[in-house]
Amino acid sequence: MHFLRDQGFDHAHPSEITPRAAYERRRELLKLLGTGVAGAALAGWAARDARAQAARPGKLAALPGLRSTVSGAATMEKATAYGDAATYNNFYEFGTDKGDPAQNAHTLKTRPWTVAIEGEVKKPKVYDIDELLKLAPMEERIYRLRCVEGWSMVIPWVGYSLAELIRKVEPTGNAKYVEFVTLADPKTMPYVGGSRVLDWPYVEGLRLDEAMHPLTLLAFGMYGEVLPNQNGAPVRAVVPWKYGFKSGKSIVKIRFTDKQPTTSWVKSAAQEYGFYSNVNPEVDHPRWSQATERRIGEDGLFAKKRPTLIFNGYGPQVAALYAGMDLKKNF
Amino acid sequence: MDRATVTLTAATPRTARRRPLLLRPAAKVVLFVLCLLPFAWLVRGAVLSALGENVLGANPAETLIRATGDWTLRFLCITLALTPLRQLTGTPALARFRRMLGLFTFFYGCVHFLCYSWLDMGLVLDDILHDIAKRPFILVGTSALLLMSPLAATSFNRAIKTLGPARWQALHRAIYAVVLLALLHFFWMRSAKSNYAEVAVYAAVVASLLGWRVVTRARAARRAAA
Repeated sequence: MHFLRDQGFDHAHPSEITPRAAYERRRELLKLLGTGVAGAALAGWAARDARAQAARPGKLAALPGLRSTVSGAATMEKATAYGDAATYNNFYEFGTDKGDPAQNAHTLKTRPWTVAIEGEVKKPKVYDIDELLKLAPMEERIYRLRCVEGWSMVIPWVGYSLAELIRKVEPTGNAKYVEFVTLADPKTMPYVGGSRVLDWPYVEGLRLDEAMHPLTLLAFGMYGEVLPNQNGAPVRAVVPWKYGFKSGKSIVKIRFTDKQPTTSWVKSAAQEYGFYSNVNPEVDHPRWSQATERRIGEDGLFAKKRPTLIFNGYGPQVAALYAGMDLKKNF
Repeated sequence: MDRATVTLTAATPRTARRRPLLLRPAAKVVLFVLCLLPFAWLVRGAVLSALGENVLGANPAETLIRATGDWTLRFLCITLALTPLRQLTGTPALARFRRMLGLFTFFYGCVHFLCYSWLDMGLVLDDILHDIAKRPFILVGTSALLLMSPLAATSFNRAIKTLGPARWQALHRAIYAVVLLALLHFFWMRSAKSNYAEVAVYAAVVASLLGWRVVTRARAARRAAA
């Protein structure tokens, strides 16, 4: 007798709820506007994210970034503790346990470092890391990170839109995809050569329009400092609406191609990992559900996992890239 | 109680003070406490974690699920090592501890399953069933635990009498299937990252424990035939 059953209160989605602090400040602002003294206050209100910037952990060289004006670039969610973000990593070149990279990555030499831009570009060039650091102003981007394994973090990255670099090298008309090749050095990376877990070097890729999207970040730092080795120093990609493995670490080459790159995980298990790998709660990994996630350090031990959002919550910014595409087929 | 133990106890009735350490009642108490130590350590971690202290790493749920699985495998190996150890060292008294170790294996297996279904699945039966269907390695682990439960349920003395020693022993040989399923569960779980180093260690331990049984039985059969 379904009419007797309590249908329950139709809860608003957490992402639709305005944080209390935000609406309270909106009210203050409206009051101020009413009294005509809004000018100075408005500047403060606009800078609220900059003030919310995570405190520097004080472990590595400082790398400050300005508050980003890119839409979606500063989530109001609480940043994951630096200690968790820097010790719970997937970086298989340094080992397959989450703790391995933090243990082993001290051997990585991040200077000298170059990034070769190749393929379908009018201005191919080998960039020195110091030149890349100065290519565009550093911005702080507080992004959600959703791992394909079912956990998530919130990380304040420092970098600039990959589009800044792409514009400088001028892709040709043939450039349809961007391939990221990461370092594979058996001398400094114990699992390169020592393990057949993946084909080295680790290769990732994006469609050119995805790579040009302002949210796609070329990151050099996090938490106001340069990247720790285990997080992909000295330069990595961050694509917040895709599963974490799409964001290659310690990049040495960026190639522009006319064909879809064969990425490492597709090569290893094409039935489990697709080229797109957009975060999608409705498309399960063949071996586990993607409907929920555990926010590291935030959700209590006995708390239920939180629902995963389509495009990791970046739908308003990126859904248009996939208009008309079957996301179940193009997973 | 094992025949050998009875003989030994009977042979030294006057010298209770000089009873070998392993035959003293306190030996079982000591072993019980030792077996509980890993559990106590994990409970401490869980409590501190719930209070917001970072003692179990960035993902405490994952740490607890893996640690309880590790301990189940370790207790399986210890339990299976008892008979070879007893016979190789000529220490019949070790048989006293078989039941307790077997029951602790089952206990850690249950805690492992509870951690998985609670911390990972939020105790939602529907989610657990869906997950088991998606992940065959969890089905294998669950089967190992289910297969262990009749063994735990018939661990008391009356059960041996009721079933008859032959049938009871036949039933309890299911532990060999349990350990193979547990190994497969571990191997499959690690296959996602082709990380087989630890699996190989456990496989070598289990292979030598089961291999020893095969060899001694083959020898006994040959002797009987001669």
